[in-house]
Amino acid sequence: MIPMAFEYHRAASVEEAIRLLEQYGPDAKVLAGGHSLTPLMKLRFAQPAHVIDIGRLHELRYIREEGNVIAIGALTLHRTVAESATVRQRIPVLAEAAFRIGDVQVRNMGTIGGSLAHADPAADYPAVVLALEAEIVAQGPAGRRTIRARDFFRGPFTTALQPNELIVEVRVPVPSGKTGSAYQKYPHPASGFAVVGCAAVLTVDAETCRDVRVAFTGVATQPFRDTVVEDALRGQRADEATVRAAAEKAAEGVQPLGDAFASAEYRRHMAKVYARRALLQALTRAT
Amino acid sequence: MRVAVHVNGRPYERDIEPRMLLVHFLRDELGLTGTHIGCDTSNCGACTVLLDGKAVKSCTLLAVQADGADILTVEGLSQDGRLHPVQEGFWEEHGLQCGFCTPGMMMLAVELLQREPDPSEEAIRHYLEGNLCRCTGYQHIVHAIRYAAQKLRETRESS
Amino acid sequence: MVVTRIFGARIKRREDPRLITGQATYTDDVVLPGMCYAVFVRSVQAHARIRAVRTDAAQAHPGVIAIFTGRDLQEKMGLIPTAWLIPDSDLKTPPHPPLAVDRVRYVGDAVAVVLATTRAAASDAAALVEVDYEPLPAVADPEKAVQPDAPRLHDDVPDNVAFHWKVVNGDVDRAFAEADVVVRQRMVNHRLVPCAMETRGCVAHYNKGSGELTLWMTSQNPHIHRVILSGILHLPEHRIRVIAPEVGGGFGSKIPCYPEEAVVSFCAVELGVPVKWVEDRRENFVATIHGRDHVVYLEVAARKDGTITAIRGKCYANLGAYLSTAAPGIPTILHGLMMCGAYRIPNVHYEVLGVLTNTTPVDAYRGAGRPEATYYVERLVDLVAAELGMDPVEIRRKNFIPKDAFPYTTPTGLTYDSGDYERTLDEALRIVDYAGFRREQEEARRQGRYLGIGFSTYVEICGLGPSQVAGAVGFQGGLWESAVVRFHPTGKVTVLTGSSPHGQGEETTFAQIVADQLGVPIEDIEVLHGDTDLIPMGWGTYGSRTTPVGGAAIAVACQRILAKARQIAAHLLEAAEDDLEFENGRFYVKGSPDKAKTIQDIALAAHLAWSLPSGVEPGLEAQAFYDPPNFTYPFGAHVCIVEVDPETGEVKVLRYVAVDDCGRVINPLIVDGQVHGGITQGIGQALYEWAVYSEDGQLLTASFNEYAVPKAHQVPRYETARTETPSPHHPLGCKGVGETGTIAATAAVANAVMDALRPLGIRHLDMPFTPERVWRAIRQAQGPGGIP
Repeated sequence: MIPMAFEYHRAASVEEAIRLLEQYGPDAKVLAGGHSLTPLMKLRFAQPAHVIDIGRLHELRYIREEGNVIAIGALTLHRTVAESATVRQRIPVLAEAAFRIGDVQVRNMGTIGGSLAHADPAADYPAVVLALEAEIVAQGPAGRRTIRARDFFRGPFTTALQPNELIVEVRVPVPSGKTGSAYQKYPHPASGFAVVGCAAVLTVDAETCRDVRVAFTGVATQPFRDTVVEDALRGQRADEATVRAAAEKAAEGVQPLGDAFASAEYRRHMAKVYARRALLQALTRAT
Repeated sequence: MRVAVHVNGRPYERDIEPRMLLVHFLRDELGLTGTHIGCDTSNCGACTVLLDGKAVKSCTLLAVQADGADILTVEGLSQDGRLHPVQEGFWEEHGLQCGFCTPGMMMLAVELLQREPDPSEEAIRHYLEGNLCRCTGYQHIVHAIRYAAQKLRETRESS
Repeated sequence: MVVTRIFGARIKRREDPRLITGQATYTDDVVLPGMCYAVFVRSVQAHARIRAVRTDAAQAHPGVIAIFTGRDLQEKMGLIPTAWLIPDSDLKTPPHPPLAVDRVRYVGDAVAVVLATTRAAASDAAALVEVDYEPLPAVADPEKAVQPDAPRLHDDVPDNVAFHWKVVNGDVDRAFAEADVVVRQRMVNHRLVPCAMETRGCVAHYNKGSGELTLWMTSQNPHIHRVILSGILHLPEHRIRVIAPEVGGGFGSKIPCYPEEAVVSFCAVELGVPVKWVEDRRENFVATIHGRDHVVYLEVAARKDGTITAIRGKCYANLGAYLSTAAPGIPTILHGLMMCGAYRIPNVHYEVLGVLTNTTPVDAYRGAGRPEATYYVERLVDLVAAELGMDPVEIRRKNFIPKDAFPYTTPTGLTYDSGDYERTLDEALRIVDYAGFRREQEEARRQGRYLGIGFSTYVEICGLGPSQVAGAVGFQGGLWESAVVRFHPTGKVTVLTGSSPHGQGEETTFAQIVADQLGVPIEDIEVLHGDTDLIPMGWGTYGSRTTPVGGAAIAVACQRILAKARQIAAHLLEAAEDDLEFENGRFYVKGSPDKAKTIQDIALAAHLAWSLPSGVEPGLEAQAFYDPPNFTYPFGAHVCIVEVDPETGEVKVLRYVAVDDCGRVINPLIVDGQVHGGITQGIGQALYEWAVYSEDGQLLTASFNEYAVPKAHQVPRYETARTETPSPHHPLGCKGVGETGTIAATAAVANAVMDALRPLGIRHLDMPFTPERVWRAIRQAQGPGGIP
């Protein structure tokens, strides 16, 4: 399996990458770790005329604490996120999700920016950035702008990024107060992608769910926040019974995906099970 | 496009098409055919090599991405005619049958043992998630890696 | 002196050093000067008429050397043959052209071949070949394909039924009429993809000067490939050399003669340049054979005490779009004849319809017909037990062929060579602590956990096989095996075997046989295989025949060597042959062991020929063509313990115990490896693997992203044990062990899952037990109210 021929550009700076994107527009694809793009090019599902390799922009590989925000450079590897002491300590759910992506080799090459920009509807990161209310920083010819995670995913493999923009950073607010979070995933036995992935972030205050955020991946054509479940929990007693009842509302009003492995009906059922599992784990961690 | 790499400690430089995958570069340009191709979709891990010490699937990297890197392939595992403990483990414990997945398995095992000197059976099985073997049922591969871990620990302790 | 016998020793493999250092040569590693690359253009349609194939744009692509379509080859190449012509079955073998001519019949059917100077150029150009299709209705399901209004694949097979075959014995109707209990069940044994880690490939080189075609290919049986290719290519057999270099697994998928290797060979001859073709994985999923794929209607008759009196069944075997090399024999001879399993069932009636559909051809995949038979029989036995409220162990004991009944002739006409079925079952029960498990299971159920135990007390037919039987059942070849054992002057030994191992380790086990027989250090023995110019005619590695037949041939050749060596030794020691002892590689006169001639001394003497007994030729080499008097019948008891999560339907294998009896064991390490790998493929079928076709013939699971080959963490640690009941007719007492794990495992897992689900009111489910399937069954059985 050999990709179609293309012209290769190795960007020496973010600015150069953006300039190249401007120049080649829809004929260009950005290559970060390459673990989403290269397989598609090999199968010739993607046939870009220009490939802009940003893999050497080492300035985009970092994890920084900026007050109550963890700033993660777009080229930070899944493995780095999974193993980062900072992330594990302050936003463990993000490390958990990073650890569940693909396999060792994929985590050694794949990047957080690449994964988010690719926006596979069954990828792990999207659910977690949604639940954490992260922000995605994109840079284009006019400079940087910040996109809220919930505004970022627009459909399968579709995002709010402009063709001449590049993700440069992901900013994840550190949950405050007595907050527990968890990512629970039911992987496809072959691909390892999420059949259902649920991220839950739960803040408890005086035995009440003060704040709750639940997001899914794998269930529908794009990752989504499950506000029905959230509404059923917010302000309610933080106990197992309440969580169980709320999880029963998972994926309500959503049309789940169906395929040869898992029908829409089964996905909906599994969304409930995994919402419950993630929320209960988050609850335990919060208290 | 010019690509310069070190493979198994030796420098190589080649002019190649940007679309050439690292695995084809190793096999077709450098004649290092120990690294195998088992799938098109980055699932099977037969093509695993170490790139600057990290296990990667060489079928999912363009050779140009590896420009300047230090690559270790199965051909570079044994030193001075002595098998690497991972190779020894695979041999002693019958960790291979047809041998096709073996180079990739071994390269991943080398990375694992660099990170975890004494992995449990369960940890090994999970670490192997990205490497398929159709022959062994994995049990002897697990034994092989445990054998190598033990051997490496002994070597470390005695030195 | 303590001598550890090398036969039976757990020694590490001799093939490994090259494999663990990256020094092995697989087909894709073969590079020849001036070599070009072939890429096939394949049908994306399951069934269509080809209106036109336009190659102009591809032809103009830089680097392209030639393009051939089906029409181009029609006059120049023969058809791809079917080589198992089962008798008494109205078999029709529809023509299979090497490249589709006017019609494609499955997704993946090769339409054209593009040859170019590089792999990349050939891929680019292949994408430029335009095929104009007129889509036709397609059918993928074998039951639908036999309906009168179904799309018809081949004009000469009006009902899509390639054959009707049956085996009948006893008074089945009466047994059913008199039965206390009759159990009926429709079962599906779904389609699998073999997925050898190395895909298929070949490199063809034609030497115009010598007129010899050399073909390196991924083959389990190079001699069979040579003889078939000779017919297709119209080249004399002795002008073709087929080399199977290192082969990265086969599992049956590298037995058949496919179009690609023939077309690539043709191209090499036609163009006068070496040609390489290597299948990519996406192609492998559609262009290399699949396995299994039955729908079967089964009935079993039993008495109240659990005695099974008859079995009746009708099987729709999906064979895909063309009849692959051995396809007709798999669901019939290797399957139908095994439908009584390990049990004394006197009456049998089993019918098989070989059905053509718009899917990839189906042929032998590890076990080939026997895993299906074991699955049906073992499931039926459990269903009868459940119906009668009997323990699954008890019903097996009740019906086992007793150990004093061997050799035992089944009503299907096979003669099981030897067996002690209860002993393997007893051993398995001991290891698993059956009574203890039943208590644990009961306790778990009180806690809302669903554990289950499943048994598979299998017997299988392997060591294919006597050639006379091969002929009687229509196999278009012999099933003997060849061996040459050759001493060199320095006492080193080269062994040539007609077997063609590709991972099974016979370079080691065969050397163990020779070392044991001749008393030569194992380091001094080399085992060669897989080259038709080097090796005498042989039939290859499949059907767990390598040790039973190929190994026996070596043992016989060793005996011939020893007979001649004894003559020479007697001459050199000036003694009578009868007065000589042979021990640990030394001949000596009885009573005076110090005065000895080693076998190496004799090898040298035989080669120097300065002083040989009269009438004895120089050299020390023997050849044997061993034709076994019968198949061998390994057996065993596999026990699986699972837990089912009733909420998600997920199945987890908690324990797996395998007690196998493959006769005498040459190398326990290698036998364990075969058993582990086999079980994993069986568990794979039961839980994960599934080739799913859409109604209109698109393969929906055509990559490792969808088709779940088991991963390390998805299978358990196996507990293996063995009993040894030698085969009475094998010179070394060996049976075969390459397929036992796969043959046994699916049934063990299935019975365990059903045992776990029984309290939920579920009697039978078809494999694979995907979470959704199990979840649905639970929901259906329990109603929306859920689990009690």
